[in-house]
Amino acid sequence: MSSHELKTGPLEYRRQEDQMTILGFWIFLGAEIVLFATLFATYAVLFGRTADSTPPMELFEPGIVLIMTFLLLTSSFTCGLAIHEMRRGNAKALRNWMIITLILGATFLGFEIYEFIHYAHEGATMQSSAYWSAFFTLAGTHGLHVTLGIGWVILLLIQLAKRGLTPKTSRKFFVIGLYWHFLDVVWIFIFTSVYLIGMVV
Amino acid sequence: MTDHNKRIPTQHVIGFALSIALTLLAAWTALGSNLSTMWIISSIMILAVIQAGIQLFMFMHVVESDSHNGHVPWNMMFHGAVLAAILVAGSLFVMSFGFTHDHDGENHEQHEQQDSGDHSDMDMEGDGEHEGH
Repeated sequence: MSSHELKTGPLEYRRQEDQMTILGFWIFLGAEIVLFATLFATYAVLFGRTADSTPPMELFEPGIVLIMTFLLLTSSFTCGLAIHEMRRGNAKALRNWMIITLILGATFLGFEIYEFIHYAHEGATMQSSAYWSAFFTLAGTHGLHVTLGIGWVILLLIQLAKRGLTPKTSRKFFVIGLYWHFLDVVWIFIFTSVYLIGMVV
Repeated sequence: MTDHNKRIPTQHVIGFALSIALTLLAAWTALGSNLSTMWIISSIMILAVIQAGIQLFMFMHVVESDSHNGHVPWNMMFHGAVLAAILVAGSLFVMSFGFTHDHDGENHEQHEQQDSGDHSDMDMEGDGEHEGH
């Protein structure tokens, strides 16, 4: 393994093993796109089928949705800064930006949980109608991904504290970075096709 | 691509500013403009695709020579996006035949759902039959 190690370039790309892991993660993200596409397709087909429950137009509020969008956008940016600092070899800045990313992600999650509870109080739950089942499945799957991402970053930060910046920990941070940006990509489409269109149509 | 030694990551800052601007533009288009619904939906979907592109190219470095992964990451994302478009547009197309929104208690919805899976073109005939009743 070490015989293949490059002497220059970003740490996470120096060993072939790590290059392959990152490549594999891109393939995983391709599969994730398809997973979310099936949920988006289900949502699109069931749009408007609210039966006797509250329609989304009465529940969606631009304020909270924009706050959630900016929280996740900013967390994606700070995550990018973390990887940038990692490539400059600054482990401390990597840790700090990652912690900020975590806080922003957790705040996003808090808003989403508040939002779901609020909808449930207004009579929109998983069981209310086909529309709300599709909505909670789509937004909930994204929220679950964010939750997993937060747990993953915490575990990686522990590894970073114990092992420092090595090709292996760099590769792991690079992969979580891709994952986190990907969650923002999915949220852009939820924001646009679920919330914005839900408030217009 | 080669800016990893710079102190200020210009690409990330530009990407972030563009993302914020595009989000606000999309929100304004949907909630503040006087465009028709069709135009709103098409334009905000285009804005979403541009913003996804910003994430991929400016934040995720989907094409970078250091990775030694060639075009594979880009190909994965592109094919994923194509599949997503086919899944969403295809589902909407297939389910658009005789999938009515009335709640008249008739059992025809279930019947048509089964039909539309395999032969969507048959639905039109089925729909005609129901209207005859």
